[in-house]
Amino acid sequence: MASKIYDSASAALDGLLTDGMTLAAGGFGLCGIPENLIAAIRDAGTKDLTVYSNNAGVDDFGLGVLLQTRQVKKMCSSYVGENDEFMRQYLAGELEIEFNPQGTLAERMRAGGCGIPGFYTKTGVGTQVAEGKEHKDFDGETYILERGIVADLAIVKAWKADETGNCIFRKTARNFNPPAAMCGKICVMEVEEIVPNGTLDGDHIHLPGIYVHRLIQGQHEKRIEQRTTRKKEA
Amino acid sequence: MPWDRNQMAERAAQELEDGMYVNLGIGIPTLVANYTGDKDITLQSENGMLGMGPFPVEGDEDADVINAGKQTITELNRTAYFDSATSFGMIRGGKIAAAILGAMEVSENGDLANWMIPGKLVKGMGGAMDLVAGVGRVIVITDHNSKSGAAKLLKECTLPLTGKAVVDRIITNLGVFDVVEGGLRIVELAPDVTEAELREKTEATLVA
Repeated sequence: MASKIYDSASAALDGLLTDGMTLAAGGFGLCGIPENLIAAIRDAGTKDLTVYSNNAGVDDFGLGVLLQTRQVKKMCSSYVGENDEFMRQYLAGELEIEFNPQGTLAERMRAGGCGIPGFYTKTGVGTQVAEGKEHKDFDGETYILERGIVADLAIVKAWKADETGNCIFRKTARNFNPPAAMCGKICVMEVEEIVPNGTLDGDHIHLPGIYVHRLIQGQHEKRIEQRTTRKKEA
Repeated sequence: MPWDRNQMAERAAQELEDGMYVNLGIGIPTLVANYTGDKDITLQSENGMLGMGPFPVEGDEDADVINAGKQTITELNRTAYFDSATSFGMIRGGKIAAAILGAMEVSENGDLANWMIPGKLVKGMGGAMDLVAGVGRVIVITDHNSKSGAAKLLKECTLPLTGKAVVDRIITNLGVFDVVEGGLRIVELAPDVTEAELREKTEATLVA
Protein backbone atom coordinates (compact mmCIF):
# COMPACT_ATOMS: atom_id res chain seq x y z
CA MET A 1 0.00 0.00 0.00
CA ALA A 2 1.23 3.47 -0.86
CA SER A 3 2.13 5.53 2.17
CA LYS A 4 -0.49 7.90 3.54
CA ILE A 5 2.14 9.99 5.25
CA TYR A 6 3.09 13.39 3.81
CA ASP A 7 5.85 15.77 4.86
CA SER A 8 3.75 18.89 5.28
CA ALA A 9 0.20 20.15 5.32
CA SER A 10 0.57 21.77 1.90
CA ALA A 11 2.02 18.56 0.43
CA ALA A 12 -0.90 16.60 1.89
CA LEU A 13 -3.40 19.00 0.31
CA ASP A 14 -1.68 19.08 -3.08
CA GLY A 15 -4.18 18.40 -5.86
CA LEU A 16 -7.17 18.36 -3.50
CA LEU A 17 -8.11 22.05 -3.40
CA THR A 18 -10.46 23.69 -5.89
CA ASP A 19 -12.38 26.96 -5.70
CA GLY A 20 -16.02 26.51 -4.66
CA MET A 21 -15.44 23.17 -2.91
CA THR A 22 -17.11 21.97 0.31
CA LEU A 23 -15.00 21.35 3.40
CA ALA A 24 -15.86 19.56 6.63
CA ALA A 25 -13.64 20.57 9.55
CA GLY A 26 -13.24 18.98 12.97
CA GLY A 27 -12.94 20.88 16.24
CA PHE A 28 -15.08 22.52 18.91
CA GLY A 29 -14.18 26.15 19.46
CA LEU A 30 -10.40 26.07 19.17
CA CYS A 31 -10.17 22.60 20.72
CA GLY A 32 -9.05 19.83 18.38
CA ILE A 33 -8.93 21.97 15.25
CA PRO A 34 -6.72 21.10 12.26
CA GLU A 35 -4.43 24.13 12.71
CA ASN A 36 -1.82 23.11 10.16
CA LEU A 37 -4.28 22.26 7.40
CA ILE A 38 -6.23 25.50 7.91
CA ALA A 39 -2.98 27.48 7.55
CA ALA A 40 -2.09 25.55 4.39
CA ILE A 41 -5.50 26.28 2.85
CA ARG A 42 -4.99 29.95 3.68
CA ASP A 43 -1.62 29.86 1.92
CA ALA A 44 -3.11 28.04 -1.08
CA GLY A 45 -5.72 30.82 -1.44
CA THR A 46 -8.59 28.47 -2.35
CA LYS A 47 -11.73 30.59 -2.68
CA ASP A 48 -15.53 30.39 -2.35
CA LEU A 49 -15.41 27.63 0.22
CA THR A 50 -18.51 26.18 1.84
CA VAL A 51 -17.41 25.01 5.28
CA TYR A 52 -19.20 22.58 7.56
CA SER A 53 -17.78 23.20 11.01
CA ASN A 54 -19.40 23.58 14.41
CA ASN A 55 -17.68 26.95 14.97
CA ALA A 56 -15.84 29.53 12.91
CA GLY A 57 -12.75 30.05 15.07
CA VAL A 58 -11.74 33.43 16.47
CA ASP A 59 -10.58 36.42 14.45
CA ASP A 60 -6.95 35.37 14.15
CA PHE A 61 -7.02 31.62 14.76
CA GLY A 62 -8.83 28.53 13.59
CA LEU A 63 -11.19 28.95 10.65
CA GLY A 64 -11.22 32.67 11.46
CA VAL A 65 -8.05 33.02 9.37
CA LEU A 66 -9.94 31.87 6.25
CA LEU A 67 -12.62 34.46 6.99
CA GLN A 68 -10.00 37.20 7.30
CA THR A 69 -8.74 36.32 3.82
CA ARG A 70 -12.31 36.14 2.43
CA GLN A 71 -11.87 32.56 1.27
CA VAL A 72 -15.19 31.42 2.75
CA LYS A 73 -18.47 31.90 0.90
CA LYS A 74 -20.71 30.04 3.31
CA MET A 75 -20.44 28.65 6.84
CA CYS A 76 -22.67 25.84 8.11
CA SER A 77 -22.27 25.96 11.88
CA SER A 78 -24.12 25.80 15.18
CA TYR A 79 -22.37 28.66 16.98
CA VAL A 80 -20.22 31.51 15.71
CA GLY A 81 -20.27 33.82 18.72
CA GLU A 82 -16.55 34.29 19.23
CA ASN A 83 -15.73 35.90 15.90
CA ASP A 84 -16.20 39.65 15.30
CA GLU A 85 -14.99 39.54 11.69
CA PHE A 86 -17.51 36.79 11.00
CA MET A 87 -20.31 38.91 12.42
CA ARG A 88 -19.20 41.94 10.42
CA GLN A 89 -19.08 40.02 7.13
CA TYR A 90 -22.40 38.35 7.86
CA LEU A 91 -24.26 41.54 8.79
CA ALA A 92 -22.76 43.25 5.70
CA GLY A 93 -24.15 40.44 3.52
CA GLU A 94 -20.68 39.28 2.43
CA LEU A 95 -20.93 35.83 3.99
CA GLU A 96 -23.72 33.26 4.02
CA ILE A 97 -24.53 31.32 7.14
CA GLU A 98 -26.64 28.21 7.57
CA PHE A 99 -27.26 27.59 11.27
CA ASN A 100 -27.49 23.91 12.14
CA PRO A 101 -28.34 22.65 15.62
CA GLN A 102 -25.13 21.16 16.96
CA GLY A 103 -26.39 17.58 17.18
CA THR A 104 -28.03 17.82 13.78
CA LEU A 105 -24.73 18.98 12.27
CA ALA A 106 -22.82 16.13 13.91
CA GLU A 107 -25.38 13.56 12.78
CA ARG A 108 -25.51 15.01 9.25
CA MET A 109 -21.76 14.40 9.01
CA ARG A 110 -21.95 10.94 10.54
CA ALA A 111 -24.89 9.96 8.32
CA GLY A 112 -23.26 11.29 5.16
CA GLY A 113 -20.17 9.26 5.93
CA CYS A 114 -22.27 6.14 6.54
CA GLY A 115 -24.17 6.28 3.26
CA ILE A 116 -27.34 7.63 4.84
CA PRO A 117 -28.67 10.51 2.69
CA GLY A 118 -31.20 11.74 5.24
CA PHE A 119 -32.68 11.12 8.68
CA TYR A 120 -35.59 12.35 10.76
CA THR A 121 -35.07 14.25 14.00
CA LYS A 122 -37.20 16.06 16.59
CA THR A 123 -34.56 18.76 16.92
CA GLY A 124 -35.76 22.07 15.54
CA VAL A 125 -39.43 21.15 15.01
CA GLY A 126 -41.51 24.33 15.33
CA THR A 127 -38.46 26.61 14.84
CA GLN A 128 -36.82 28.43 11.90
CA VAL A 129 -34.66 25.35 11.38
CA ALA A 130 -37.71 23.33 10.30
CA GLU A 131 -38.84 25.80 7.62
CA GLY A 132 -38.97 24.22 4.17
CA LYS A 133 -38.10 20.74 5.45
CA GLU A 134 -40.23 17.62 5.14
CA HIS A 135 -42.22 16.88 8.32
CA LYS A 136 -43.27 13.36 9.19
CA ASP A 137 -45.03 11.85 12.19
CA PHE A 138 -43.73 8.70 13.85
CA ASP A 139 -45.61 7.20 16.82
CA GLY A 140 -47.51 10.43 17.40
CA GLU A 141 -44.50 12.77 17.35
CA THR A 142 -43.42 15.11 14.57
CA TYR A 143 -39.92 14.94 13.08
CA ILE A 144 -38.13 16.82 10.30
CA LEU A 145 -35.95 15.44 7.54
CA GLU A 146 -32.29 16.46 7.67
CA ARG A 147 -29.80 15.60 4.94
CA GLY A 148 -26.54 13.72 5.34
CA ILE A 149 -23.45 15.70 4.38
CA VAL A 150 -20.79 14.46 2.00
CA ALA A 151 -17.98 17.01 1.79
CA ASP A 152 -15.39 17.20 -0.98
CA LEU A 153 -12.66 17.29 1.65
CA ALA A 154 -12.48 16.68 5.41
CA ILE A 155 -9.73 18.35 7.43
CA VAL A 156 -9.37 16.89 10.90
CA LYS A 157 -7.01 16.54 13.83
CA ALA A 158 -6.23 13.64 16.16
CA TRP A 159 -3.69 13.05 18.92
CA LYS A 160 -1.88 10.02 17.56
CA ALA A 161 -2.10 7.89 14.46
CA ASP A 162 -0.21 4.84 13.31
CA GLU A 163 1.20 4.63 9.78
CA THR A 164 -2.08 3.08 8.62
CA GLY A 165 -4.03 6.14 9.77
CA ASN A 166 -5.71 4.44 12.73
CA CYS A 167 -6.35 7.34 15.09
CA ILE A 168 -6.67 8.08 18.77
CA PHE A 169 -8.05 11.40 19.99
CA ARG A 170 -7.34 13.02 23.31
CA LYS A 171 -10.14 13.95 25.75
CA THR A 172 -12.58 16.63 24.52
CA ALA A 173 -10.44 17.30 21.45
CA ARG A 174 -12.26 14.40 19.77
CA ASN A 175 -15.57 16.30 19.34
CA PHE A 176 -16.47 16.76 15.65
CA ASN A 177 -13.31 15.17 14.27
CA PRO A 178 -14.58 11.58 13.76
CA PRO A 179 -17.88 12.56 12.08
CA ALA A 180 -16.12 15.22 9.96
CA ALA A 181 -13.50 12.67 8.89
CA MET A 182 -16.18 10.16 7.96
CA CYS A 183 -18.14 12.56 5.73
CA GLY A 184 -15.21 13.59 3.51
CA LYS A 185 -14.79 12.06 0.06
CA ILE A 186 -11.13 12.57 0.91
CA CYS A 187 -9.91 13.03 4.49
CA VAL A 188 -6.63 14.65 5.43
CA MET A 189 -5.68 14.06 9.05
CA GLU A 190 -3.10 15.96 11.10
CA VAL A 191 -1.82 14.48 14.34
CA GLU A 192 0.57 15.41 17.11
CA GLU A 193 2.47 12.18 16.64
CA ILE A 194 2.67 9.43 14.03
CA VAL A 195 3.70 6.14 15.63
CA PRO A 196 4.78 2.87 13.97
CA ASN A 197 2.16 0.24 13.19
CA GLY A 198 1.81 -2.09 16.16
CA THR A 199 2.20 0.69 18.73
CA LEU A 200 -1.50 1.40 19.22
CA ASP A 201 -3.85 -1.22 20.68
CA GLY A 202 -6.37 -2.09 17.99
CA ASP A 203 -9.08 -2.21 20.64
CA HIS A 204 -8.43 1.43 21.53
CA ILE A 205 -8.68 2.98 18.07
CA HIS A 206 -11.30 5.77 17.92
CA LEU A 207 -11.23 6.21 14.13
CA PRO A 208 -10.07 3.36 11.87
CA GLY A 209 -7.59 4.26 9.15
CA ILE A 210 -10.07 3.47 6.38
CA TYR A 211 -11.40 7.00 6.89
CA VAL A 212 -7.95 8.62 6.64
CA HIS A 213 -6.46 9.09 3.17
CA ARG A 214 -3.55 11.40 3.89
CA LEU A 215 -1.72 11.95 7.14
CA ILE A 216 0.70 14.52 8.51
CA GLN A 217 2.41 15.11 11.81
CA GLY A 218 2.13 18.80 12.73
CA GLN A 219 3.09 21.35 15.36
CA HIS A 220 0.10 22.50 17.41
CA GLU A 221 -0.30 25.72 19.30
CA LYS A 222 -3.48 24.38 20.99
CA ARG A 223 -4.67 27.82 22.02
CA ILE A 224 -7.06 28.00 24.99
CA GLU A 225 -10.15 30.10 24.33
CA GLN A 226 -11.43 30.60 27.91
CA ARG A 227 -8.80 30.00 30.57
CA THR A 228 -10.75 29.33 33.78
CA THR A 229 -9.15 28.21 37.04
CA ARG A 230 -9.96 27.79 40.71
CA LYS A 231 -7.92 28.58 43.81
CA LYS A 232 -5.75 25.80 45.16
CA GLU A 233 -7.40 24.31 48.25
CA ALA A 234 -5.37 24.85 51.41
CA MET B 1 -36.45 39.39 48.93
CA PRO B 2 -36.19 37.95 45.41
CA TRP B 3 -33.53 35.30 44.93
CA ASP B 4 -30.10 36.30 43.63
CA ARG B 5 -28.18 34.31 40.99
CA ASN B 6 -26.74 31.88 43.49
CA GLN B 7 -30.04 31.34 45.27
CA MET B 8 -31.72 30.62 41.93
CA ALA B 9 -29.00 28.07 41.20
CA GLU B 10 -29.43 26.58 44.67
CA ARG B 11 -33.17 26.28 44.12
CA ALA B 12 -32.58 24.64 40.74
CA ALA B 13 -30.24 22.11 42.32
CA GLN B 14 -33.23 20.82 44.33
CA GLU B 15 -34.68 19.62 41.02
CA LEU B 16 -31.85 17.13 40.60
CA GLU B 17 -31.99 13.64 42.03
CA ASP B 18 -29.24 11.27 43.01
CA GLY B 19 -27.89 9.32 40.05
CA MET B 20 -29.07 11.74 37.37
CA TYR B 21 -27.17 12.56 34.18
CA VAL B 22 -27.63 16.30 33.62
CA ASN B 23 -26.60 18.97 31.12
CA LEU B 24 -26.12 22.50 32.45
CA GLY B 25 -26.22 25.49 30.11
CA ILE B 26 -23.93 28.50 30.18
CA GLY B 27 -24.42 31.29 32.78
CA ILE B 28 -26.50 30.80 35.94
CA PRO B 29 -27.16 27.12 35.08
CA THR B 30 -23.42 26.45 35.44
CA LEU B 31 -23.66 27.57 39.08
CA VAL B 32 -26.12 24.76 39.85
CA ALA B 33 -23.14 22.38 40.09
CA ASN B 34 -22.07 24.22 43.27
CA TYR B 35 -25.26 23.23 45.11
CA THR B 36 -25.78 19.53 44.42
CA GLY B 37 -24.50 18.60 47.91
CA ASP B 38 -24.24 14.86 48.54
CA LYS B 39 -26.23 13.92 45.47
CA ASP B 40 -24.32 11.91 42.88
CA ILE B 41 -24.94 13.95 39.72
CA THR B 42 -23.05 13.26 36.49
CA LEU B 43 -22.66 16.37 34.36
CA GLN B 44 -22.63 16.01 30.60
CA SER B 45 -20.76 18.49 28.44
CA GLU B 46 -22.15 18.27 24.93
CA ASN B 47 -18.76 18.70 23.28
CA GLY B 48 -18.09 15.11 24.32
CA MET B 49 -17.71 14.40 28.03
CA LEU B 50 -19.65 12.70 30.82
CA GLY B 51 -18.40 13.34 34.33
CA MET B 52 -17.27 16.95 34.24
CA GLY B 53 -15.03 18.10 37.07
CA PRO B 54 -14.38 21.62 38.44
CA PHE B 55 -12.10 24.26 36.93
CA PRO B 56 -8.40 23.29 37.12
CA VAL B 57 -6.05 24.93 39.60
CA GLU B 58 -3.81 27.47 37.95
CA GLY B 59 -1.08 25.78 35.95
CA ASP B 60 -3.10 22.60 35.36
CA GLU B 61 -5.14 23.91 32.41
CA ASP B 62 -5.30 21.46 29.51
CA ALA B 63 -6.31 22.79 26.08
CA ASP B 64 -7.84 19.37 25.33
CA VAL B 65 -10.21 19.45 28.33
CA ILE B 66 -12.88 22.10 27.89
CA ASN B 67 -16.61 22.40 28.49
CA ALA B 68 -19.28 23.52 26.04
CA GLY B 69 -18.57 27.14 27.02
CA LYS B 70 -14.96 26.55 25.87
CA GLN B 71 -13.74 26.99 29.46
CA THR B 72 -10.90 24.85 30.80
CA ILE B 73 -12.22 22.19 33.18
CA THR B 74 -10.99 18.93 34.70
CA GLU B 75 -11.93 15.28 34.46
CA LEU B 76 -13.00 12.97 37.29
CA ASN B 77 -11.89 9.41 37.92
CA ARG B 78 -15.04 8.19 36.16
CA THR B 79 -15.06 10.54 33.16
CA ALA B 80 -15.87 9.23 29.68
CA TYR B 81 -15.10 11.02 26.40
CA PHE B 82 -16.83 10.58 23.05
CA ASP B 83 -17.39 12.33 19.75
CA SER B 84 -20.09 14.93 19.00
CA ALA B 85 -22.37 12.53 17.11
CA THR B 86 -22.37 10.14 20.08
CA SER B 87 -22.85 13.04 22.47
CA PHE B 88 -25.97 14.22 20.71
CA GLY B 89 -27.10 10.64 20.27
CA MET B 90 -27.43 10.42 24.05
CA ILE B 91 -29.12 13.84 24.15
CA ARG B 92 -31.55 13.23 21.30
CA GLY B 93 -32.10 9.66 22.45
CA GLY B 94 -33.47 10.79 25.80
CA LYS B 95 -30.65 9.36 27.92
CA ILE B 96 -29.97 12.68 29.67
CA ALA B 97 -32.45 13.10 32.51
CA ALA B 98 -32.56 16.90 32.58
CA ALA B 99 -31.14 20.08 31.10
CA ILE B 100 -31.02 23.38 32.94
CA LEU B 101 -30.85 26.29 30.51
CA GLY B 102 -31.07 30.07 30.39
CA ALA B 103 -33.77 31.94 28.48
CA MET B 104 -34.50 35.22 26.74
CA GLU B 105 -38.25 34.48 26.65
CA VAL B 106 -40.54 31.64 27.73
CA SER B 107 -44.19 31.38 26.76
CA GLU B 108 -47.04 30.03 28.83
CA ASN B 109 -47.22 26.87 26.71
CA GLY B 110 -43.52 26.14 27.25
CA ASP B 111 -42.00 27.63 24.09
CA LEU B 112 -38.41 28.71 24.69
CA ALA B 113 -36.45 31.45 22.91
CA ASN B 114 -32.80 31.69 23.89
CA TRP B 115 -30.63 31.79 20.79
CA MET B 116 -31.22 34.79 18.59
CA ILE B 117 -32.24 38.44 18.42
CA PRO B 118 -32.71 39.13 14.70
CA GLY B 119 -30.35 41.83 13.39
CA LYS B 120 -28.66 42.17 16.77
CA LEU B 121 -27.42 38.95 18.29
CA VAL B 122 -26.82 36.24 15.72
CA LYS B 123 -24.50 33.73 17.30
CA GLY B 124 -26.29 30.45 16.75
CA MET B 125 -28.18 27.89 18.78
CA GLY B 126 -25.26 25.61 19.60
CA GLY B 127 -26.71 22.50 21.20
CA ALA B 128 -29.77 24.14 22.75
CA MET B 129 -32.30 22.96 20.14
CA ASP B 130 -31.10 19.37 20.46
CA LEU B 131 -31.19 19.52 24.25
CA VAL B 132 -34.74 20.86 24.54
CA ALA B 133 -35.96 18.34 21.96
CA GLY B 134 -34.27 15.36 23.53
CA VAL B 135 -33.71 15.42 27.28
CA GLY B 136 -36.18 14.10 29.85
CA ARG B 137 -36.94 17.36 31.61
CA VAL B 138 -36.20 20.97 30.61
CA ILE B 139 -35.74 23.42 33.47
CA VAL B 140 -35.21 27.10 32.67
CA ILE B 141 -33.46 29.58 34.95
CA THR B 142 -33.98 33.21 34.08
CA ASP B 143 -34.49 36.61 35.63
CA HIS B 144 -38.22 37.20 35.83
CA ASN B 145 -37.91 40.49 33.92
CA SER B 146 -35.39 41.98 31.51
CA LYS B 147 -33.03 44.76 32.58
CA SER B 148 -35.57 47.30 31.26
CA GLY B 149 -38.29 45.63 33.34
CA ALA B 150 -40.08 43.90 30.46
CA ALA B 151 -41.76 40.57 31.19
CA LYS B 152 -39.87 37.47 30.06
CA LEU B 153 -42.66 35.01 30.86
CA LEU B 154 -45.03 35.79 27.99
CA LYS B 155 -48.25 34.64 26.40
CA GLU B 156 -46.25 34.06 23.22
CA CYS B 157 -42.55 34.45 22.49
CA THR B 158 -41.58 37.27 20.14
CA LEU B 159 -38.06 35.99 19.36
CA PRO B 160 -37.16 33.01 17.14
CA LEU B 161 -37.83 29.81 19.06
CA THR B 162 -35.34 27.27 20.33
CA GLY B 163 -38.12 24.75 20.83
CA LYS B 164 -41.90 24.59 20.89
CA ALA B 165 -43.71 23.42 24.05
CA VAL B 166 -40.48 22.06 25.53
CA VAL B 167 -40.12 23.73 28.96
CA ASP B 168 -41.31 21.84 32.03
CA ARG B 169 -40.34 24.15 34.89
CA ILE B 170 -39.14 27.77 35.18
CA ILE B 171 -37.11 29.15 38.06
CA THR B 172 -36.86 32.95 38.23
CA ASN B 173 -35.67 35.38 40.88
CA LEU B 174 -39.33 35.69 41.97
CA GLY B 175 -40.44 32.06 42.10
CA VAL B 176 -40.88 28.63 40.57
CA PHE B 177 -43.44 27.85 37.86
CA ASP B 178 -44.65 24.78 36.04
CA VAL B 179 -45.94 24.79 32.50
CA VAL B 180 -49.44 23.28 32.74
CA GLU B 181 -52.64 23.21 30.72
CA GLY B 182 -53.83 26.82 30.35
CA GLY B 183 -50.70 28.63 31.55
CA LEU B 184 -48.05 28.71 34.25
CA ARG B 185 -48.78 27.31 37.70
CA ILE B 186 -47.09 28.98 40.65
CA VAL B 187 -45.18 26.28 42.51
CA GLU B 188 -43.34 28.51 44.95
CA LEU B 189 -42.69 32.20 45.62
CA ALA B 190 -39.32 33.62 46.60
CA PRO B 191 -39.31 35.03 50.18
CA ASP B 192 -41.44 38.18 50.60
CA VAL B 193 -42.61 38.12 46.98
CA THR B 194 -46.39 38.52 46.82
CA GLU B 195 -48.69 37.02 44.25
CA ALA B 196 -49.90 40.55 43.39
CA GLU B 197 -46.33 41.65 42.61
CA LEU B 198 -45.82 38.51 40.56
CA ARG B 199 -48.95 39.09 38.50
CA GLU B 200 -47.86 42.66 37.81
CA LYS B 201 -44.48 41.49 36.49
CA THR B 202 -45.75 38.56 34.43
CA GLU B 203 -47.48 38.64 31.06
CA ALA B 204 -48.14 34.90 30.87
CA THR B 205 -51.39 33.52 32.25
CA LEU B 206 -50.87 32.38 35.85
CA VAL B 207 -53.16 29.56 36.91
CA ALA B 208 -53.89 28.27 40.36
